[in-house]
Amino acid sequence: MTNETFTGHKALQLEVPLLFEEGSYEKCGIDTPAPSGIKSRLGGHGADEQVNLPAFTEPQAMRHFVRLSQKNYAIDMGIFPLGSCTMKHNPRLNEKMARLPGFADIHPLAPEKTVQGALALIHELQEWLCELTGMPAVAMSPKAGAHGELCGMMAIRAAIEAKGEGKTRTRVLVPESAHGTNPATAAQCGFSVDQLPATEDGRVDLEAMKAKLGPDVAAIMVTNPNTCGLFERDIRAMADAVHEAGGYFYCDGANFNAIVGKARPGDLGVDAMHINLHKTFSTPHGGGGPGSGPTVLSEALRPFAPIPAIVKEGDTYRIIEEETGDFAKSFGRMVAFHGQMGMFVRALSYMLSHGADGLKKVGEDSVLNANYVRVRLAEEMTQGYPGLCMHEALFSDKWLKDTGIGTLDFAKAMIDEGFHPMTMYFPLVVSGAMLIEPTETESKQSLDEFCDSLLALARAAKAGETERFKNAPRFAPRGRLDETRAARKPVLRWTPPNPEAMAAE
Amino acid sequence: MLKTVGARNIDDLFSDVPKDALNPKLNLPDHKSEFEVERHLGAYARMNHAAGDGPFFAGAGAYRHHVPATVDHIIQRSEFLTAYTPYQPEIAQGTLQYLFEFQTQVAELTGMEVANASMYDGSTATAEAALMARRITKRKKVIMAGGLHPHYAEVVRTNEELIGDTVLQAPATPGAGAIEGMIDDETSCVIVQSPDVFGFLRDLAGITEKAHQHGALVVAVVTEAVSLGLLKSPGSQGVDIVVGEGQSIGNALNFGGPYLGLFAARQKHIRHMPGRLCGETVDTEGKRGFVLTLSTREQHIRRDKATSNICTNSGLCALAFTVHMSLMGGKGLREVATLSHENACKTADALEAIDGVEVLNDAFFNEFTVRLPKNAGEVVDQLADQGIIAGVPGTRLWPGREETENLLIVAATELTQDSDIEALADGLKTALAA
Repeated sequence: MTNETFTGHKALQLEVPLLFEEGSYEKCGIDTPAPSGIKSRLGGHGADEQVNLPAFTEPQAMRHFVRLSQKNYAIDMGIFPLGSCTMKHNPRLNEKMARLPGFADIHPLAPEKTVQGALALIHELQEWLCELTGMPAVAMSPKAGAHGELCGMMAIRAAIEAKGEGKTRTRVLVPESAHGTNPATAAQCGFSVDQLPATEDGRVDLEAMKAKLGPDVAAIMVTNPNTCGLFERDIRAMADAVHEAGGYFYCDGANFNAIVGKARPGDLGVDAMHINLHKTFSTPHGGGGPGSGPTVLSEALRPFAPIPAIVKEGDTYRIIEEETGDFAKSFGRMVAFHGQMGMFVRALSYMLSHGADGLKKVGEDSVLNANYVRVRLAEEMTQGYPGLCMHEALFSDKWLKDTGIGTLDFAKAMIDEGFHPMTMYFPLVVSGAMLIEPTETESKQSLDEFCDSLLALARAAKAGETERFKNAPRFAPRGRLDETRAARKPVLRWTPPNPEAMAAE
Repeated sequence: MLKTVGARNIDDLFSDVPKDALNPKLNLPDHKSEFEVERHLGAYARMNHAAGDGPFFAGAGAYRHHVPATVDHIIQRSEFLTAYTPYQPEIAQGTLQYLFEFQTQVAELTGMEVANASMYDGSTATAEAALMARRITKRKKVIMAGGLHPHYAEVVRTNEELIGDTVLQAPATPGAGAIEGMIDDETSCVIVQSPDVFGFLRDLAGITEKAHQHGALVVAVVTEAVSLGLLKSPGSQGVDIVVGEGQSIGNALNFGGPYLGLFAARQKHIRHMPGRLCGETVDTEGKRGFVLTLSTREQHIRRDKATSNICTNSGLCALAFTVHMSLMGGKGLREVATLSHENACKTADALEAIDGVEVLNDAFFNEFTVRLPKNAGEVVDQLADQGIIAGVPGTRLWPGREETENLLIVAATELTQDSDIEALADGLKTALAA
């Protein structure tokens, strides 16, 4: 009996043509009142023809996109243990709140007095973020984590220039385990990047760092907990050393979920840190954005914060959009309007729902869950570094040695078992890295199911069941996709089929 | 679980954190129940005057168009809402296919060959376009038209000056405008918005011809994506890069974010493009599928040599755009654009009829600038008290610049009603008479 069907569909797995192959150029799925036909004032700039794009009727659109959705894995379906990504449950109250017309249907340039509630909400969120991080100021406008990094590094650059050291402080120290965005951000700010080596236990080598410090160092960029899931024990000594050398400490806050409510970067000597609202504060990842990256700043960097800023004057909230007064030293504007309001509403909704007590529990449970997974999986798999971890557990591929199976194969076999794989091949400091972050919203039952399955797979790998891995995924909507082909001859859009070829058929 | 991990208590797991920094006393309230949170946030929401609460004419880079109910339903599907970046393409074909469809729609709308999977918003896309032009031309001078949205211009400046480049802008005055004379052999790119922030329509072909003579690129900026349904596309006028704000298709006003950056370019420049790109390929059985591609441009591979530090797009906003565009197609978009234009024409006629009010644009799409006989900011504030959002005053966009004091930028869309226009005209008459 063949595995193929006449239609190409397989029961609930329905194949979906591109919308350009299904839609109509004559019909459409909206209805509008008839135009009145008054004289156009386009002054010769009008196009003669409609744009060459087809449309669906409403039922066609529903089926197209619902069928597409069914080809995605999502946190609402099961554990999504991507390390460093913090895929936690997204409470639906947040969605409901963000859609209130008083938030969703207000214009960014509406008169201030008509949007006092929006400004009050942003102001309250600012207070939460400052208190949770122990920092005196926060810039709300960055649009995502990497944009927040840019914000922090721009503030550092402005502070250095204000001291007249713009030409001389040009080097930024970044650990080799850092997210790629760190060196890319430093370079985008015109700095050169110098790598910091790690110790044998997976942390920044303090002595090596001190040896690299000098009058040309602008900043260090360190993630804490770091990308190996470990807390940088020497963080204060690192902060002291860089400050003594006249530089600043940028902390990548991607992993803040591990310490939220438990420890505050401001108490550890940090000068700037971005916060991914879409990680720690549960705003949805949406298949790759939109994110939101408010950036907290120390007293030293506060004067250089970007505009706009939301301030409270008496009982009135104001948007500062000019580089004057307290903001005369601002490094300027990094985005139109005032940031990701939709994400601010969701994040504050999450914070209010958890409170100081609940947020502390978030940090605690995320670390407990990761350690539970670490201990259970260590039965068959090799830890990246020995000992406790924070919110994510790092494994290497050493335990797969001589099996002929690699990290990628193991990840693809996890797909067949109904899981989203963990982060693979990152951080770069560990061979064939597998970085697992379960988050606090997984139950013990869910963690046990996950660990039992991974251990079973690990035993199968060691027992030489190579086919199970090399041919994986076997049950996903697609088998392994040819990424080399995609990159060698990029096809980035649909184009109508060649009419001559069609005529020949 | 503590026992399994060999800890006596939870703080054993935090033993690397300095003792005196552990468990700080937080000056924050404890958790609230769901209905208490609704009450707390609902009170904030009610303090705001929503655009739908009355006559509404604000634009300047953010527009209130109708979003069909289907759009919001689709983007709230768990499989789209709670998925991550499609790093495992075999179980992310839903996201990848709509990104491919999005890229095709954006390329077609802008008249360009390729588009990426979206950027944060229009302003950051513009700054990235300037950096891309720098990579292609190896030149360090950016020329901006005076009609470029001032926030966009500031974002370009912030990013370019960081790396020591020269940024020049023509004076921001309505209708003024030849920037051709500013272009020279050191110019990397010319950034021109059309319709511009005052609503003027620009001849991109003429500027492009001049720029290309000097080996400079042209970046066209579109802040009102619906205009692409009725106007000649920037691509058809020869420009090299088109960036824009896609909010007005499928996305709500949201007080300025999240929005959707559009980025389209010529095929020959794809390896210089920033941001994510989705490409077509096949799986092990030869079936068509989609993957993120050309990632060797990106930060996670190239680190400090990457084309940009960007590591996300605006996925869900791109989905909203794709769904809304798929409901409209070229036909429906042209209808929405035509209605928006007609409503703007009617609004302009009504305002022109008021003594002392001067409409500065001969031609426009759905937005134009009027000069009032008095301070526009004060008039807008006054009308806001009557529940009318009259537009965006010049001083809001150019704080402290006296010559913009009496300017008011007025936008209409298909949602503008004749009664709204009447209310605006009446309100304005009264305010000006006072």
